[in-house]
Amino acid sequence: MRARRWRLIGFLALLLGGVAFAFGFPAFASLHATIQLTNALALALFALSLALVWGFGGILCFGQAAFFGLGAYAYAIAAINFGDTTFAWPTAILVPAAFAAALGYFMFYGRLSDVYLGVVTLTVTLILFQLFNSTAGPEYRIGDARLGGFNGIPSTPPLNVPFDGRAYLSPESIFVIAVLVLLAALFGCLWLLRTRFGRVLVSIRENPLRAELLGYDVRVHKLAAFTIGGGMAGLAGLLFAQNVLVNPALFSLLYTAQVIIWVIVGGLGTLVGPILGSIGLQYVMAWLGTLGWINPNLALGVILVAFVLFVPRGLWPLLVKVVTHGRRLVRGNGTS
Amino acid sequence: MTVAPILEIRKLTKRFGGVTAVDGVDFTLADGELRCLIGPNGAGKSTFFNCLSGQLAPTSGAVHLDGHDISGWPSHAIARLGVGIKTQVPSVFDGLEVRENVWLAARRRYNAREAKERCDELLTRLNIQSLAAHMVGELAHGQRQLVEIGMVIASDPRLILLDEPAAGMSRDEVARLAALISEIARERSLIVVDHDMRFIRMIAETVTVFHQGRVLIEGEVDKVLADAMVKDVYLGKQVV
Ligand SMILES: Nc1ncnc2c1ncn2[C@@H]1O[C@H](COP(=O)(O)OP(=O)(O)OP(=O)(O)O)[C@@H](O)[C@H]1O
Ligand SMILES: [Mg+2]
Repeated sequence: MRARRWRLIGFLALLLGGVAFAFGFPAFASLHATIQLTNALALALFALSLALVWGFGGILCFGQAAFFGLGAYAYAIAAINFGDTTFAWPTAILVPAAFAAALGYFMFYGRLSDVYLGVVTLTVTLILFQLFNSTAGPEYRIGDARLGGFNGIPSTPPLNVPFDGRAYLSPESIFVIAVLVLLAALFGCLWLLRTRFGRVLVSIRENPLRAELLGYDVRVHKLAAFTIGGGMAGLAGLLFAQNVLVNPALFSLLYTAQVIIWVIVGGLGTLVGPILGSIGLQYVMAWLGTLGWINPNLALGVILVAFVLFVPRGLWPLLVKVVTHGRRLVRGNGTS
Repeated sequence: MTVAPILEIRKLTKRFGGVTAVDGVDFTLADGELRCLIGPNGAGKSTFFNCLSGQLAPTSGAVHLDGHDISGWPSHAIARLGVGIKTQVPSVFDGLEVRENVWLAARRRYNAREAKERCDELLTRLNIQSLAAHMVGELAHGQRQLVEIGMVIASDPRLILLDEPAAGMSRDEVARLAALISEIARERSLIVVDHDMRFIRMIAETVTVFHQGRVLIEGEVDKVLADAMVKDVYLGKQVV
């Protein structure tokens, strides 16, 4: 009973805090800071997608960036061709989700072992990287959108007011959208994990043989989780693309490795952890970059190793432990 | 027996490379019957079970369950037909609470409310309600076995396979388990594999003895256990 009340309070606090933050932050922060945080939120959504797939579905996907990049490209191509970003939203979700479904079908129904699954997803991502890199010529175009090879799609349109392709949204409004999308995705995941599907998914992560012997089709559940994760990563790609640009680097090792590190540092098996881990590490990296005497990527590697060794369960579980422990100390030891 | 069989197995064979673990076994189980399966280590009992539950695909032969030929079906489809198995190596969700383990098992078949009721009822029946909020991975071996048995019966399967359910249990626990199994056997068909002969005597009427992948002898428990051939097999002498 008490747990339920605390959970409700947590939800409400998160919801109200999130909405207040969405509207409050741009009012006080500079335009540059607002845009920077929008990017960080897009990548946090990307981390959340892997947190779901890996942390709860038990699917070690080394190629989550494939769906992120496909979402970005799908968004840009759709937005350029429609001259309006309204229908680019579903496109950016459905294209990567469909790709994840097809890839997942081959992997899960082909009974690939976990190691091969990691190898295949990583390889697919790098193939996409090569593929989009080699689209430099003017003949590589989808409708009006030139793919642009190494340089990517030349001017990715920013988000516009629904059904009005000429009314671009302000960076402040886009920031609000990014916060709300991330919150909605987080609540969606929390809800999903409380449904029968979500609980079965977690049980599969724990012991696929037992789940199967209870009568649950492991392959279908994994495929569904992988597809949902692909769609979420695509949505993250959209938010990122409309703010930055679309080029093959989205499929690069950098993104696919970074997102894994964010999830590990934030806390594998949690949802909030990878979000915070992602945002936190992006700012740490940016700050380290300004110092000049240290290579941020090297530092990221050191951070990863330090976490794996000293905080293997990640930041968020540690935080929760500290807080609950602190509360117990305040109330007096021994009372439960 | 005049009752129609729930399980009819013809010439079931399973080979692993050069090893024939199950060798042309014919086996029939009447609906509602409790059968014990014994035999020395490596006799092929677990392999036989795994062919029934779909964990292994038989090399040849037919497994008819309730009129369906299930040989080669995936495990989840066989489970949905009403087969529950407790594997020899306990297979539970170690990182989840006891209650969640049993709930997941019940929820496959029942709606959310029924599954919760069924779960509470089972925890009480197995006398593990005080452990409901514990992680299964933290429990003692015997308790984990009980949780797994709870999961197996939670969806009311028609055929229950228990592979060494008494292994690692104390005397008291074995006696309680025997009582539980006798109770379940009133409504369900069961096959129980175990090495503990006291336990077998507590629950069995009919016993099948496996040896080197074949059925050595089958019959009433007292007669079978008194059989000279069975004693020889268990003492390690090579008969047949
Ligand atoms: N996956 C496998 N690969 C190769 N050989 C196997 C495999 N599983 C079982 N075997 C072999 O098949 C034979 C039967 O093994 P099985 O586990 O079915 O025996 P069992 O009667 O259950 O024995 P125990 O009483 O020790 O559990 C043994 O010789 C074993 O080594
Ligand atoms: Mg065995």
